[in-house]
Amino acid sequence: MGNVLVVTEVQAGELRDSATYPTISFAQRAAEASGGDVYALVPADGADDIAEEVAERGVDHVLVADDPAFDDYIAERIAPVVAEVARAIDAEVVCGPSSAQGSDYLPRTAQHLEAGMVTNGMDVWDDDGLKFKRPIWSGSVLKTVDINTPSKVVSVRTTDFDDPEATDPAPIEAVDVSIPERDDVEHVEIEIVESERPELTDADVVISGGRGLESADAFDMLEEMADLFGGAVGASRAAVDSGYAPNDWQIGQTGKVVAPGLYVAVAISGAIQHLSGMKGSQNIVAINTDEEAPIFEVADYGLVEDAFQAVPEMNEKLRELGLGED
Amino acid sequence: MKIMTTVKRVTDPDQKINISDDGTRVETEGDEYVMNQMDEWGTEEAIQVKEDHGGEVVVASVGPQEATKEIRKGIAMGGDRGVLVETDDQLDSDAVARVLAEVAKNEEPDLIFLGKLALDTDRNQTGQLLASYLDWPQATFAHSVTVEDNSVLVEREIDGGEDTKRLQTPAVITAIERLNDPRYASLPGIMQAKQKPLDETTPEELGVDTTPKVEGVQYELPPEKEAGEIVENVDELVDKLQDDANVI
Repeated sequence: MGNVLVVTEVQAGELRDSATYPTISFAQRAAEASGGDVYALVPADGADDIAEEVAERGVDHVLVADDPAFDDYIAERIAPVVAEVARAIDAEVVCGPSSAQGSDYLPRTAQHLEAGMVTNGMDVWDDDGLKFKRPIWSGSVLKTVDINTPSKVVSVRTTDFDDPEATDPAPIEAVDVSIPERDDVEHVEIEIVESERPELTDADVVISGGRGLESADAFDMLEEMADLFGGAVGASRAAVDSGYAPNDWQIGQTGKVVAPGLYVAVAISGAIQHLSGMKGSQNIVAINTDEEAPIFEVADYGLVEDAFQAVPEMNEKLRELGLGED
Repeated sequence: MKIMTTVKRVTDPDQKINISDDGTRVETEGDEYVMNQMDEWGTEEAIQVKEDHGGEVVVASVGPQEATKEIRKGIAMGGDRGVLVETDDQLDSDAVARVLAEVAKNEEPDLIFLGKLALDTDRNQTGQLLASYLDWPQATFAHSVTVEDNSVLVEREIDGGEDTKRLQTPAVITAIERLNDPRYASLPGIMQAKQKPLDETTPEELGVDTTPKVEGVQYELPPEKEAGEIVENVDELVDKLQDDANVI
């Protein structure tokens, strides 16, 4: 009892390490609290390489469910498989990243296990049983919860955890699983936009632009800054609605909620809707010409200057410091 | 085609949230309430599907008596009738899903739309749990829905791209903002909504035990941040990021 199962995230045949590794760090903390081992499950078609990578990332066991059926990700197929493996290893905690994929299948896994589930878990500890902490109201309040069921499912807010340190490889073992046949769901296609940049919700640095930029072209200099930091680009709802930035860049209450180490808000006034999506960031920089803008109230560092002056100058300075060089 | 949409009554997310002195609960006295914004996207889509393919839209909510207001809003947007499962308890997602599953068994909809999450509890579980309890297929984070014969083609937002899935009906779909622009209820719509049927039941009548699997024990505000500082220029900003914040 007390074992922890962490599900490796595989998308289009590739390990999503930016989502998986911080989740392993959460799993380690959960295993410390529960007194069990960390088991990583790799459900994939041709999973050997991924299993070998994950085995060196601070887990005690790697379980490989290698099956062509996992070529396409389908929640209805993977959810019961995770539940089956969780039962087999007597897992007290089952976790995955609170990514689009994890958020999709983990509740179904919880249902199969008759388990309570915590979304966006940001901490776990033992206090007369496991306690979990999670944000509610887009992070305006932090809530500590008890899960009253023997097995507990957690989607992990990955920005709260670092990657685990590399370790000697853990033993890798194949597991037989029964993958349900379903004729009521068909995967049609997956399209991954090739990008060198990390996902917004995984990124350590987010450079975000608002309507004050007045054009889509102006986002180029933000992308440049993001690339210097190895970060991602975001936008306010106003910028998205104005057509300056794509929908999936939107940060805020109704878009993505991010909590990176550094958040740079450029020409964003700071409507509540936007602040809800980024105020959990560790360091917030605001660049805005309007010194009365509400964004300055949450900023650690404010610069009252025109973005078209400040951003290129900052990019130049960052380059001088050697950022962006491999 | 019969379509069910769910609407949750949530405290207005734009107001300040207060916690009781002992940290055991969130104070809601005097709060304003609204329909969960994400449920507006699901409801709009349900109505659009009805407009294109015919049928009926049932607006369901699990919550206090006052949630009839959010149900009436959904009907005023274009729904046909409402179902309130009345409870004053704060249910966990699992209990809400089991309640909604019973409603779905009674109503037998072809599609159920929900917002991807509720802006108060931020759990992002109910749609998926509901689909799993019913053993129906699901498409979360939908930004495009195309109804076909006995199936529905859904384009979904995933990390780094798009994913397209075809579901046989009955099925559950959760909505994101890109899906549509929800309409405002018209004045005639609001007037007519008052005349449309709204059935009321309770979890007990539906035979659902709502004992929580997950319980909140403590609430706290995130640590107060130190007041920020205004820097004079880019040089100073970069220096601070380098030396104080250690992010460069």
